[in-house]
Amino acid sequence: MKSTMVVFLKEVRENLRDRRTVINTLVTGPLMAPLIFVLLINTLVTRELDKAEKPLPLPVIGAEYAPNLVAALAQADVEIKPAPSDPERAVRDQDVDVVLRIPASFTQSWQNGEPAQVEMIYDASQRDAGGTVARLRAMLDHYSTRTGALRLLSRGLSPSILKAVTVADRDQSTPQSRSGNLFAMLPYFFILGGFIGGMALAIDTTAGERERQSLEPLLANPVPRWQLLAGKLSATTTFAITTVLLSILAFSVVGHYLPTEKIGMSMQLGPRFLVCTMFVMLPLAALLAGLQTLVAAFAKSYREAQTYLSLLMFVPVIPTMMLSLMPVKAQMWMYALPLMGQQVIITRLMRGDPVPDSALALSFVCSAIAALLVAAVTVRVYRSERLAISA
Amino acid sequence: MIEVRDLHKAFGKVVAVAGASFVARDGEITGLLGPNGAGKTTTLRCLYTLMRPDRGSIRVDGIDAMVDPVAVRHRLGVLPDARGLYKHLSARENIAYFGRLHGLDEATIKQRTDAAIATLDMHDIADRYAEGYSQGQRVKTAIARALIHDPRNVILDEPTNGLDVMATRAMREFLKRLKAEGRCVLFSSHIMQEVAALCDRIVVIAKGRVVADDTPLALRERTGEANLEDAFVKLIGSEEGLAA
Repeated sequence: MKSTMVVFLKEVRENLRDRRTVINTLVTGPLMAPLIFVLLINTLVTRELDKAEKPLPLPVIGAEYAPNLVAALAQADVEIKPAPSDPERAVRDQDVDVVLRIPASFTQSWQNGEPAQVEMIYDASQRDAGGTVARLRAMLDHYSTRTGALRLLSRGLSPSILKAVTVADRDQSTPQSRSGNLFAMLPYFFILGGFIGGMALAIDTTAGERERQSLEPLLANPVPRWQLLAGKLSATTTFAITTVLLSILAFSVVGHYLPTEKIGMSMQLGPRFLVCTMFVMLPLAALLAGLQTLVAAFAKSYREAQTYLSLLMFVPVIPTMMLSLMPVKAQMWMYALPLMGQQVIITRLMRGDPVPDSALALSFVCSAIAALLVAAVTVRVYRSERLAISA
Repeated sequence: MIEVRDLHKAFGKVVAVAGASFVARDGEITGLLGPNGAGKTTTLRCLYTLMRPDRGSIRVDGIDAMVDPVAVRHRLGVLPDARGLYKHLSARENIAYFGRLHGLDEATIKQRTDAAIATLDMHDIADRYAEGYSQGQRVKTAIARALIHDPRNVILDEPTNGLDVMATRAMREFLKRLKAEGRCVLFSSHIMQEVAALCDRIVVIAKGRVVADDTPLALRERTGEANLEDAFVKLIGSEEGLAA
């Protein structure tokens, strides 16, 4: 076991002297998650707020046929604009979000007290315009209801006749729970950090040393191969964990400055978040380090190993996407699966949802077992005769 | 002492070694001579237990390599054909790393490293990172770290590969010195002058088989040739062996 420590110390010392590795581990890896997330949130928030507070630009065709309606809209903070020549094209080309077309028949229908139709031209596939369309529809509905109520009153009827059933909303969602989808993406960036932190060392363990012709002399020493591998895996894991830790810390610090309250979210990034996240990420970092080492062992060169590992980075995206597209109720078996368990736990921690200690323990233990299994498989691969020989 | 008996090793369909037997004795320099592809490197790799032979036995100082490979590696100092160093470590640190893997204590490592630096004239590179070493400097460091544990038996795979004239001569003197210290020196080569100048015994290997195992004089007499090169060609059986 002493040899394992010797290898570990040498790997750590050597890689700390490699500028590129250090930058990846201490800067690039940790900063990825917080930066990307901050950019995302800021863009979303500013866009939502812009839309909600600014006057709604609305091109209107045939404004002369419904002067009262147009006046009412102008009062409701709508900026009436001149009509485009081809409204359908303007909407499809995204020049405008929505166009209101009032037909000439509107005036007649209105004066007869019949339903007067207007056309709202928009593109439902434009998610961006959705807010604007909803706002306009609400305004038009409001105007319609108000006018309808006035007409009933003028005939001596109470408008409340029309409301046979009133529905009172009792929305149980909290700002935290509404923020669900966005948060589900976040744990992936922590995992990505772990990947980046340990990648250089993982490749070096096999492909790198082989390419630099230093693996064969190393194996000529009287140290069983599994001890050499254990030392290298420990070093890889250490670097990966360092990146993950820095990533989580950076994120908590930065997260305090995010204007998430403006869109109704609130994030819990205190000490409990830090400690619990680190706890469940520890065995995952070891698992990732092992997987990277194992995959790199099959590469014939440094370049090839880098390619394989870059592909490997996309594997954790699968559970991330699944969880963000289909928010599901957290069940015990999910905590037991490595990767998925961490995703669910971290997302819940961020939202301030309760996470039982048993879930934390289950995730830790299962991921640790997986890490050991991968390490065992890697040892077998490391024992192969062809390992040290350049292909 | 290194004893090889009936060594067989194949990689799938490719037969690298097909029944090689020889002995390398203490206090002697034994040369493993043969054309490219003869099975020299594979034989050596089996000796320092990088690979397991399919058949046959290997004994180093009486220890069976299949039974206790770690003990065998303790008794061997190896300079393989692959002799890369760690770029971000100095020569001293490269040597110390291997010393620690051999279980030596720091004081011994320091003392022996200093001795090696003096013997091999490595003062200019001792504390410089290995990145950018010349070929000769790399080989020196690789040898120093291979011998840090003072092994009785030394195996070198094509030791003068890529070395210039002066470095080759220095290597020659170094090997003679190892012999004078009573060690068993076994090196592989396909360079005639080297082998002729150094070896007490020559093991000629071709197509995975040992075709001769004798002193240079005896080989010349046996084949009736005046110089070793012609003797060698006769022994391996054809002119095309050299072109392999």
